Amino acid sequence: MTTPKTHAKRRYRAVHPLAPWLFVGPAIILSLTMIVAPFVYSILQSLRGIKVAGGGLGRREETFVGFANYVTAAFNPELWAGFGRMLWLGVITIPITLGLALLFALLLDTPRVRLARFSRISIFLPFAVPGVIASLMWGFMYLPGVSPFRELAANLGLPQPNFFTRDSVFWSIANINIWGGVGFNMVILYTALRGIGSELYDAARVDGCNEWQIARDIKLPLLLPALVLTGLFSLIGTIQTFSEPTTLAPLTDALSSTWVPMMLVYRDTFVAQNVYGGAASAMLIALITIVSSVVLFWITRRRSAGGMA
Amino acid sequence: MTMDITTARQRARSHHRRIAWLPTIILFIGALYCLMPLYWLVAATSKYPGELFALPSFMPGFSGGFIDNIVGLSNYRGGRYWLWTFNSLLFAVGGASLSTIVSAAAGYGLAKYNFAGKNVVFAFLLGAVLIPGVVLAVPQYLLMSRIGLAGTYWAVLIPSILSPLGIYLCRIYANAVVHDELLEAGRVDGASEGRIFFSIGLAPMIPGLITVFLLQFIGIWNNFLLPFLMLSDERLFPLTVGLYTMLNAGTEQPGMYTFIITGAFLSILPLVALFLLLQRYWRLDLISGSVKG
Repeated sequence: MTTPKTHAKRRYRAVHPLAPWLFVGPAIILSLTMIVAPFVYSILQSLRGIKVAGGGLGRREETFVGFANYVTAAFNPELWAGFGRMLWLGVITIPITLGLALLFALLLDTPRVRLARFSRISIFLPFAVPGVIASLMWGFMYLPGVSPFRELAANLGLPQPNFFTRDSVFWSIANINIWGGVGFNMVILYTALRGIGSELYDAARVDGCNEWQIARDIKLPLLLPALVLTGLFSLIGTIQTFSEPTTLAPLTDALSSTWVPMMLVYRDTFVAQNVYGGAASAMLIALITIVSSVVLFWITRRRSAGGMA
Repeated sequence: MTMDITTARQRARSHHRRIAWLPTIILFIGALYCLMPLYWLVAATSKYPGELFALPSFMPGFSGGFIDNIVGLSNYRGGRYWLWTFNSLLFAVGGASLSTIVSAAAGYGLAKYNFAGKNVVFAFLLGAVLIPGVVLAVPQYLLMSRIGLAGTYWAVLIPSILSPLGIYLCRIYANAVVHDELLEAGRVDGASEGRIFFSIGLAPMIPGLITVFLLQFIGIWNNFLLPFLMLSDERLFPLTVGLYTMLNAGTEQPGMYTFIITGAFLSILPLVALFLLLQRYWRLDLISGSVKG
C-alpha cells in the first residue's frame, strides 16, 4: 500500500470512508427491500391467520396463530405429494443433465474432434429459449395429432408413445429441463477444462495414458468444484420448478394444479385467497432449498478437499 | 472470420492426425437433439391449422401458412402480441441495463476497497442466492400491492435489478482486470472516487459486463413467475405470460394452435439472434474459473 505523505502531490485525494458504500449501497438497498423485507414479511404472514370473532355473524380478524399454519402445511398430503413429485423429477433430471453436460464438455476437449464449434453452439442454444416457450414447443411435440414422435412410431409400425400419462409426464418434463439445461452446464464445465494447463495432459500422454484415462484420472477430479456449482444450480432450479408444469397443464389432465409445491403455494395464495397458509408452505420450500444447498455444498466440499490432499 | 481460422487449424491438424470419429458423432447427435425441436417449430410455423395435423411433422407447409399465421397472430386481440413483444423488450433491456450498472458498482466496490464490514456485505449479497426467487415472488407481490405498485411495470422491473450472480461475477472480474496502480494514479491526480470508477475502472470491465448483461437479459426475458404474479392487465404482459394465456384460452380451439406456435417462434427469434451475434463475448470462464481450486 502506498501511503500519501507530505511530499505527495498537493491534489491527492485520500479515499473517503463512505466511498465504498456509494458503490455497494444500491445493491444493499435492493437486497434489503427485494429479498430481506419480503422474506421477513413472508415469515410474519406465515405466523398469522384469520379468526372469526364472535358468533355466527362474526367479523373476520387477522391474528397471531403461531405455528398453526405450519402444522396444517406439514399435515397436508397434497404438499408432500408435490415434494415427492419434485424429488422424482430432480432424480431424473439432475444426473442426466449433468452427466450429458460432462460428457459433451469432455468430448469437446478431446483432440481431433470435428465440428466442435458447431456442436458447442448448437447444444448451448436452447439456453436462450425461455422455459415457458420450450414447454409450449415440446408440449405440442408431445400432443397426439401433432407429435412427430407419435408419427414416427406409427410409420415404423410401433405402438405410439403417450407423453401425458401420470408416469410418463415426469420424463416429458425432465426432457424439457434437460434440453434447456445441458448447454449451459456444458459451457461452464468446458471453460473450466480449458483453464487447466495442457502440460498435465502432455505429461500423461508421455506416460502412455490414453484420452479416456486422462479424462477419468486428471480432468474429472479437477472438474469437481465446477460440478458442485452446476449441481447446486440444478438443485435450486428443480426446487423452483413452476413454469414448465404450469405451461403444460392446459394440454393434459396428467398435471394437477398442485403438481409441484410451488403450484400449491400459488393456488393457496391467489386462487384460494389463503395468504397465510401459502406463506407457510413457501417457507417450507425455502427451508428445504437452503438446507439441501448447504448440505450438498458441505458434503462435496469436504470430499473434494479430502481428495485433493 | 474465426470460423476460417478454426477450420484451417483443424485441416492442418488432420494432416498428420486422424479424426476422432466417436466423439464427433456423439457431439453431433447432441447438437441434433438440441436443434431438432427448433427446426420443428420453424416447420410448424409455416403451416395452416389443417396442415399442422395432416402434413408430416418435419415438412414445412408451402401454401402460404407462414404469412397467414403472422397476420392472424398480429390481429389477435388488436395486436396484443406486438405489445407483449414491446413489453418483453422494455423489461429485459431496462432491467438488464440497470442490473449491470448496480452489479458493476457493487462488484467494483467489493473488489477495490477495503472497508469494515466488507466480508459481511459480500456474504449477505451472496447468501441472497440461496433464498429461492420463486419463494420470494409471492411476498414481493404482497409488498408491492401494499405500496400500490402491483400491476405496474415497476413491479416487474424493480425486482429484476438485483442479481447476486452478477455482483459475484463483477467482483471477480474487477479483481482480475482493474489495476490498483491506475486507481492510485487517478487519486494522485485528484479525481473523485466516482470519476475514477467511470473513467478508469469501468472500461477494462466491459467484456465481463457484457456477460452479466446477457445473463440478466435472458433471465428477465425468460422470466414467467414474476410477471405472472405481478401483472393482471393483459396489456402489460411480457411474451412468456402472454403466450401462456393464449395457450390457456386456445386449447379448446385447435385453430389457435398455429398462432401460438408462430408466436413462440417469433418470440425466440430476437433471443437466438442476440445469442448467436454475441456468443463470442460470453465469458462464462468467470463462473467456472472462480470455483477452481
